[in-house]
Amino acid sequence: MAFEGLADRLQNTIQKIKGKGKVTEQDVKEMTREVRLALLEADVNFKVVKDFIKKVKERAVGQEVMESLTPGQQVIKVVKEELTELMGGDESKIAVADKPPTVIMMVGLQGAGKTTTTGKLANLLRKKYNRKPLLVAADVYRPAAIDQLETLGKQLDMPVYSEGTDANPVDIANKAMERAKEEHLDYVIIDTAGRLHVDNELMDELIQIKQNVNPDEVFLVVDSMTGQDAVNVAESFNEQLDISGVVLTKLDGDTRGGAALSIKAVTEKPIKFAGMGEKLDELEVFHPERMASRILGMGDVLSLIEKAQENVDEKRAKELEEKMRSASFTLDDFLEQMGQVKNMGPLDELIDMIPGANKMKGLKNVDFDDKQISHVEAIIQSMTAKERQDPSVINASRRKRIARGSGRSVSEVNRLLKQFEEMKKMMKQMTNSQQGKKGKKGKKSKGFNFPFM
Amino acid sequence: MSFLKKLKDKFQATDNQEEVSDKYKDGLSKTRKSFSEKINDLVARYRKVDEDFFEDLEEVLIAADVGVTTVMELIEELEMEVKRQNIKDTNEVKQVISEKLVEIYQGDNDESEDSSLNMQQDDLTVILFVGVNGVGKTTTIGKLAHQLKSEGKEVLLTAGDTFRAGAIEQLNEWGKRVGVDVIKHNEGSDPAAVIYDGIQAAKSRNADVLLCDTAGRLQNKVNLMNELAKVKRVIEREVPNAPHEVLLVLDATTGQNALSQAKTFSEATDVSGIVLTKLDGTAKGGIVLAIRNELGTPVKLVGLGEKVTDLQTFDPHAFVYGLFADLLEEEE
Repeated sequence: MAFEGLADRLQNTIQKIKGKGKVTEQDVKEMTREVRLALLEADVNFKVVKDFIKKVKERAVGQEVMESLTPGQQVIKVVKEELTELMGGDESKIAVADKPPTVIMMVGLQGAGKTTTTGKLANLLRKKYNRKPLLVAADVYRPAAIDQLETLGKQLDMPVYSEGTDANPVDIANKAMERAKEEHLDYVIIDTAGRLHVDNELMDELIQIKQNVNPDEVFLVVDSMTGQDAVNVAESFNEQLDISGVVLTKLDGDTRGGAALSIKAVTEKPIKFAGMGEKLDELEVFHPERMASRILGMGDVLSLIEKAQENVDEKRAKELEEKMRSASFTLDDFLEQMGQVKNMGPLDELIDMIPGANKMKGLKNVDFDDKQISHVEAIIQSMTAKERQDPSVINASRRKRIARGSGRSVSEVNRLLKQFEEMKKMMKQMTNSQQGKKGKKGKKSKGFNFPFM
Repeated sequence: MSFLKKLKDKFQATDNQEEVSDKYKDGLSKTRKSFSEKINDLVARYRKVDEDFFEDLEEVLIAADVGVTTVMELIEELEMEVKRQNIKDTNEVKQVISEKLVEIYQGDNDESEDSSLNMQQDDLTVILFVGVNGVGKTTTIGKLAHQLKSEGKEVLLTAGDTFRAGAIEQLNEWGKRVGVDVIKHNEGSDPAAVIYDGIQAAKSRNADVLLCDTAGRLQNKVNLMNELAKVKRVIEREVPNAPHEVLLVLDATTGQNALSQAKTFSEATDVSGIVLTKLDGTAKGGIVLAIRNELGTPVKLVGLGEKVTDLQTFDPHAFVYGLFADLLEEEE
């Protein structure tokens, strides 16, 4: 696979470190190399990656990582923290002009999705902020671009200002402003033609429109699949037009979207919205945190690590891991783990945070109802010490006794025992596969082992 | 004789070299600059071929969207080659670099496969265009229609993008500009049905070429990919051996996702070739290398500008020549 997530990438390195008592600088170097490759594969610009790695290295070589019990996860954590910081906080607010109308200009390369985003943005403004936008068709170059915006206007039942393809885009923008004032429309969204950032003539046209209408927002619309060139595009649009924000489109695809990071790094302008589908209501507020995870290709593993670290005693976790590997994991351990997991929060939420968890066999059959945890606890607590150590001694009459003692049915007791057996088998597989190369499923069981994994 | 010289001679042995050469040189001026300048710059900065040199070279290639996997392979091969030939001077490495790059473009066989389109002599040729949103499918069809028509062919277009607002109008506008008919239904109708009608119309009019537009779709949308597979099945059923070409349109500014696009679209529709658009705007085009290296799908057409005549048949020799033009001229 060309696109491995960072977590996968770090597996090998972590494997090597695991036996060691201490992490050396060389280890950190190897880990940061993997981080670098992961970012490059995600299309983050190489210059941005370089600076970024430098920062991570500094932190990673420090005590924070070296003295941790789980250095691999610590590195991921540092990376994610730095990444999220670089991406900036939530800044999805749209400007409101003191005197209406508020003017938004949409700019970008051809095919980035400006016209579609214009429609989506108008929809969002009306739905969420109860505004009345006017759409302005200033793309006079691409065949049928005006038709496209007009169709969107019809679908949304919103006014569209257009003058056909012979008019000058600057004039169109000016007249649209007058119209908005006349009709008391409080937002004007100008859809401009796609152009190359190196096309001076067309860039001049944008500058002129900008000078004429004096927009409150200039949104650069960028395809999230853009490669290394995203930096040049963003830099050049920003230099010439001083953009106020970025809209990332086509994020519902399977791209890692490293372009987002590159753009943020070079322009220092917030990414405000993300296009998440083809329908007109599929424009979402941008979440830097999620994007960071996505670039690294690892679900929300970070929040999981954080939660686990807050609540799980790391030493106990290590012991349990050892037990799991030697398959001497007992119902007692199970009970204890359950307590720890419960401390972390609602179960299904935790499971959601594990990348690929929904694809894992066995997980499907387990019901993650919190109430059920208390049932399971009751059942285990109704067992004798011997039974907990060695469930195989539990015969039919013992089952009946346990059921009575816990107030659950015999079939529930049976199910739990069966699940526990299956779980043990799964853990064995997982820990074994960690030794091998394809440690995919087992990777998360490192420092924080869930009874349900 | 130096390798670059050979390349040049070979290129100039092909016909109408002047015109094509200029088109490529102009269109690729940015790409070329980024490649040649950076490699020259690199060579100038390092006197010795060492680890740092390779690391920098790695960056130059990655910056061109060549792709991490391909770059890693390339660097490894280069390091071996340098060791084998015992090269210490960075100037000598330059040649090895270009040699290796060309090797990837051309594959193992020197006479790389024909990148021209599979056109039927006396029968209807059906070409299906597929790709993600906003790569330039409709524009490419417009340009290709113009090209084919000026060759004297009877061309018909089918507006299979019934989803995006204004897509049908866009193709229709191209039809008007170029002077060819467009078979269309209303927005929201079944694309397979439109294509079916297009085929029937093409048959009854005895058209030479039918160009089928489809809606842009992201490759991870299973339903939409199934819809595309259905469109292809309809074409297969109605015209034996068709579609004669399934062209995947790729935006040259796309990063590593282009590989995923090429893979998934190939699974759904047996992509026979790639159209690389917007190559004039980007400093890149390196993704061609990655696709060649990892998937082997040939690039058949390239979009080198906004004019209707700016769609060119992909000529690997000319492309490589365009890429290394500065290096070549310098050698003389």
